[in-house]
Amino acid sequence: MDATTPMAAMHAAPVSRVRSSRRVADRVLRVSCFAATLIGAVVLGSILLMLIIEGLRGITPTLLTQPTPGPGSEGGGIANAVLGSLVLTFIGIVVATPVGVMAGTFLAEYGRGSKLAELVRFLNDILLSAPSILIGLFVYTLMVRPMGTYSGWAGGVALAIIATPVIVRTTEDMLRLVPGSMREAGAALGAPASTVIRQVTWRAASAGIVTGIILALARIAGETAPLLFTALNNNSWFSPNLMGGIANLPVMIYQFALSPYPNWQQLAWAGALLITATILALSVVARFVLSPKRH
Amino acid sequence: MAALTETIALAREDRVPRTTPSRGADALFRAAAYGCAILVLLVLVGILASIAYGGWPAFREFGFGFLTSPAWNVGTEQYGALVAVIGTLASALIALLIGVPLSLGIAVYLTQLCPGWARRPVAMTIELLAAVPSIIYGMWGLFIFAPLFARFVQVPVSNLVEGLPVVGTLLYARVPSGVGILTAGIILAIMIVPFVASIARDMLDQIPTILRESAYGIGCTTWEVVRHVLVPQASVSIIGAIMLGLGRALGETMAVTFVIGNANRLSASIFDPGSTIASRIANEFNEADGMQLNALMALGCILFVITFVVLIIARLLTRRVKVA
Repeated sequence: MDATTPMAAMHAAPVSRVRSSRRVADRVLRVSCFAATLIGAVVLGSILLMLIIEGLRGITPTLLTQPTPGPGSEGGGIANAVLGSLVLTFIGIVVATPVGVMAGTFLAEYGRGSKLAELVRFLNDILLSAPSILIGLFVYTLMVRPMGTYSGWAGGVALAIIATPVIVRTTEDMLRLVPGSMREAGAALGAPASTVIRQVTWRAASAGIVTGIILALARIAGETAPLLFTALNNNSWFSPNLMGGIANLPVMIYQFALSPYPNWQQLAWAGALLITATILALSVVARFVLSPKRH
Repeated sequence: MAALTETIALAREDRVPRTTPSRGADALFRAAAYGCAILVLLVLVGILASIAYGGWPAFREFGFGFLTSPAWNVGTEQYGALVAVIGTLASALIALLIGVPLSLGIAVYLTQLCPGWARRPVAMTIELLAAVPSIIYGMWGLFIFAPLFARFVQVPVSNLVEGLPVVGTLLYARVPSGVGILTAGIILAIMIVPFVASIARDMLDQIPTILRESAYGIGCTTWEVVRHVLVPQASVSIIGAIMLGLGRALGETMAVTFVIGNANRLSASIFDPGSTIASRIANEFNEADGMQLNALMALGCILFVITFVVLIIARLLTRRVKVA
C-alpha cells in the first residue's frame, strides 16, 4: 500500500515522510473539524448560560403582572410587552398561514412546471432570506406613513411578510412528497381539483404543513428589526386598540438592555430568557418532534 | 342488524360530504391559490418600489456622489453612503472568512467523523444556533463576548503591533472597548454558521457513498477523501451556500447594531467602531425626517440591491440540488 498509493507516487518523496505528512494532514483535519463543532456548541452553551444566569435574576413576582416601568421608576414587569408580542405574532401567523398555504399549494399543484410558478418559487426563496429591516421599511412606507402613526397592525403585517415565505416553502415541499397516485385516485372518483387538494393532499401533508407554520412562528417571535419602525414600543398597559405604538418583547429588550437603568436591564434579561426559551422550544418541537424523518 | 348497517352508512355519509363543490367554488379555490402566489410576487416588488420611492429624493439631491461621499451630517444635511457601505461589506467579509471554515468543518465532522450516536444531538445543537433571535446574539456579543475580546485580543494585539507599518494601523484599537467591525464580523460569522453548515451537510450527504468508500478503499485518509472527492463534488453548491450566508450577513441588523459601535468614521483599523447600512437605519430611522429619512431609505435601496444580487446568485447555484 505504501508506495503504490497515487499520492505517494505523485510526490515521489521518501516513503516514510510522505506517510507521516499524510497522517498529519489527516489529524489536522479531524482535530479542526472537531474544534469547529465544539466552538458552535460552546457558543450555544454560553448564550444559554448567560440567559439563565441573568434572566433568572430578573424574575420578580410582578414580572408578568405589571407593565413596563417608566424611566427611573422602580419595580414593574413586562406583562404589556408579553401580551403585545403575543398579539403581534398572532396577527402575523393568522395573515401568513392562509396566504402561505395557498401560495404553496399553487406552486405544488396548479402551477407545476409553469413559468409563473418557477418565478414565484425563485422570488419566494429570495424573500426567505431577505433582510428583515427592509421589510420594516416597506411596511413603514405602506402603512405607518399613510396612517400617520405606528400601529400594532403594521407590526403584525411586517411579521406576516416574514412568516409567509417560510410557510410557502414548507407547504410546497410537503405537498410534493404526497404521491401522485393519491391525487389520481381522488380524481378518478370524480372529485374536482379543489376537493382532491383539500381532502387528499392537504390531509396527507398536514403534519409537515403544521411544522412549517410552527417554524414560521419561531422565526417571527424574536424578530426585532421590522418592529422598530412599525409597532415601536410603549410603556403603558396593553389596549385592544392597535393604533399607536404597541409594547412588544423584542423592542422592549432592545431599548431596555441598552438603557442606563439597572431595573430596566434586569427586565430586558428576563424578557430575553422568556423569548429565547419559547423560540427554542418551538424549534425543537417543529424540527425534532413533529418531523423526525429528517436526519 | 339492518338498523346498524343503516346507522353506519349514515355516519359515513356525515363524514364524507357526497356533494362535490360546484364549478364556481372549484374555480374560486384555484383563483385564491393563484392570487396568493401573485401576492408573494407583489410583496417583493412592493419592497423595492417603496424603498426606491423613499430614497429617490436623496439620490436626486446627491447624485452619484451619494455612493462615494463619507459625509453623514444631520446639521448640514450632507449625506453619503460610503462609510456604511464599507462597514457592511467589511463586516460581511470578515464573517465569511471566519464563518465558512467553521461551517465546512462542522459539516465534515457531522457527515464523516461523528460517531453515529452523537450525530443527532450534535446536529440539533448546531441547528438551534439558527433559532436564537438576532437580538440575543447582540446581547451576548455586547455583554459577554466584547469584554473578553477587548481584554484577551484587542489589548494584547494592539500593544504588539503598535508602531508597526500596515498591521499597526489595521489592528490597532484606539479605545479597546471590544466593540467594532471585527467584533461584528465575528458575531455575524457565528450567526451564518448554522445556515451554511446545514446546506453543506446536505450536499455532502447527497454524494453517493460508493464514491467515498472507493476512495477509502484505495487507502485515502479522511483528509484526502474530503479534499479530492467530496469538495470537488459539492463545490458549486457549497459556493451557493456561502453566498446565502453572505446574504444573511449583509442584512443582519440587531446583532450588528449592538456590537459595531455605530460610528460614522472611516477607519483603517478593524478594531475601531463603524456602522453598517442596517445598523444605521435601525439607529436613526425613528428620529429622522426630511432629507435624513430619504437618505436612510436610499441606504436601504443600496442594501436591497447588494443583498438581492448575492441571494440571486446563491439561489441559482443551490437550486439544482435544493428542489426536493
